Amino acid sequence: MLEIKDGKKILTTPVSAEDLAEIRIGDIVYLNGSMTTCRDVAHRRLVEAGRKLPVDVRDAAIFHAGPIIRPLENDKFEMVSVGPTTSMRMEKFEKEFVEQTGVKVIIGKGGMGPNTEYACKNYKAIHCVFPAGNAVVAATEVEEIVDAQWRDLGMPETLWHCRVREFGPLIVSIDTEGRNLFEENKVIFNERKEKAIEEICKQVSFIK
Amino acid sequence: MDKREQAEQLTRYMANFVDHIGKVLPDDIIAKLDELAEKEDSPLSRVIYSTMKRNQKLAKELNRPSCQDTGVLQFWVKCGASFPLIGELEGLLKEAVVKATFQAPLRHNSVETFDEYNTGKNVGKGTPTVFWDIVPDSNGCEIYTYMAGGGCTLPGKAMVLMPGAGYEGVTRFVMDVMTSYGLNACPPLLVGVGVATSVETAALLSKKALMRPLGSRNENERAALMEKLLEDGINAIGLGPQGMGGKYSVMGVHVENTARHPSTIGVAVNVGCWSHRRGHIIFDKDLNYRITTHSEVTL
Repeated sequence: MLEIKDGKKILTTPVSAEDLAEIRIGDIVYLNGSMTTCRDVAHRRLVEAGRKLPVDVRDAAIFHAGPIIRPLENDKFEMVSVGPTTSMRMEKFEKEFVEQTGVKVIIGKGGMGPNTEYACKNYKAIHCVFPAGNAVVAATEVEEIVDAQWRDLGMPETLWHCRVREFGPLIVSIDTEGRNLFEENKVIFNERKEKAIEEICKQVSFIK
Repeated sequence: MDKREQAEQLTRYMANFVDHIGKVLPDDIIAKLDELAEKEDSPLSRVIYSTMKRNQKLAKELNRPSCQDTGVLQFWVKCGASFPLIGELEGLLKEAVVKATFQAPLRHNSVETFDEYNTGKNVGKGTPTVFWDIVPDSNGCEIYTYMAGGGCTLPGKAMVLMPGAGYEGVTRFVMDVMTSYGLNACPPLLVGVGVATSVETAALLSKKALMRPLGSRNENERAALMEKLLEDGINAIGLGPQGMGGKYSVMGVHVENTARHPSTIGVAVNVGCWSHRRGHIIFDKDLNYRITTHSEVTL
């Protein structure tokens, strides 16, 4: 479900393809509902080893993140600090991951590549950036850790299944048309870089 | 205090210091981020900078690590040759990291290579990293403490250029890293550049460059010029906060250098993210301490 509250675009899980249809790169959205941390080895297990993800993320969100968790009593956990990790590491697996799991919102850091663009366009999902390094803001937007699976992977890689409230700001970096904010920016950045290098090189001929 | 008590005291101090730097940024970084936030005017940049500000406030209030990636701990030790605990130092720094890991808490960031398992203690073979400089005729000890997160460690790169490539080659080497991996490493960045003779000499300098206070300049005039030129050049790329576009890209560029072999130019780049968690503490022989990076801290 998509609603606009106090000017904020809020997605609530389950998220449908229609909810994402009008969302474009550069938009800022927030998330309510089901979000599971999922990163390197979990992607590898699903895609390479063919193991089923032990948390159902269909029409929900995954978060490329490795949190700091404090164990509480009765097998419950507290989210102390959680922030995004570099999404590009999961690029190799993301197309198959989205296809097989039906995840709708991928949250991470930095850009992703053509595999994820393909997945977002064809399976109607989005990739968003949570401003990285803001792990306490993110942790306080996690209402509860409802489940923890694949604990053998250790604290950063365990699938921490969370219920979140107005989780964000999430900056949309790949939309359902497959447009990619980082790739579009990169073209501009590279043009500016070449110009800057030219300027600097006029002044650093120290070897004569 | 006997030696054992002294070692315990220093372990406690360092554990508390590590704990603190994971939660509160250094004074110079806070001031620079405030300055850059003021200068950015796009709505996206403003949302990102205000989230950063709120995060640092919450981290302090709730006493939690401000970023979940509390890094692999790295210590650059400038130890006086007659510092009483010189022999115990490396061992006690490891113990301090374990202590801080459970106290803060910090994330478990040590995976044994080849055996590929997380030690669950945040220390392992060769971690924390300790870089040693021995200072003759001194009985004190300076320690730079750094949390090297994964995101800002990834762009690290070193290579050896032929002298024909010149400082123009050094420029391209640094600038190319900015638009490939740099933009994902949580800008605004602090960029450390090492110019020396081989990969390891340049690489170590590029890391040490990140320990310098913001605003400081290399004492060599040409190296200082290069810092300024690279700073302006990288800013002109307009990475903005989080690499999502803006007027500025960096908090600073620091170049460190040594002499080189006539046939080589070793060059390396290391970046620090906006959440640049470094601390600097100076002990005398009786373990009285002074912290230069963070005001109002008692360990």
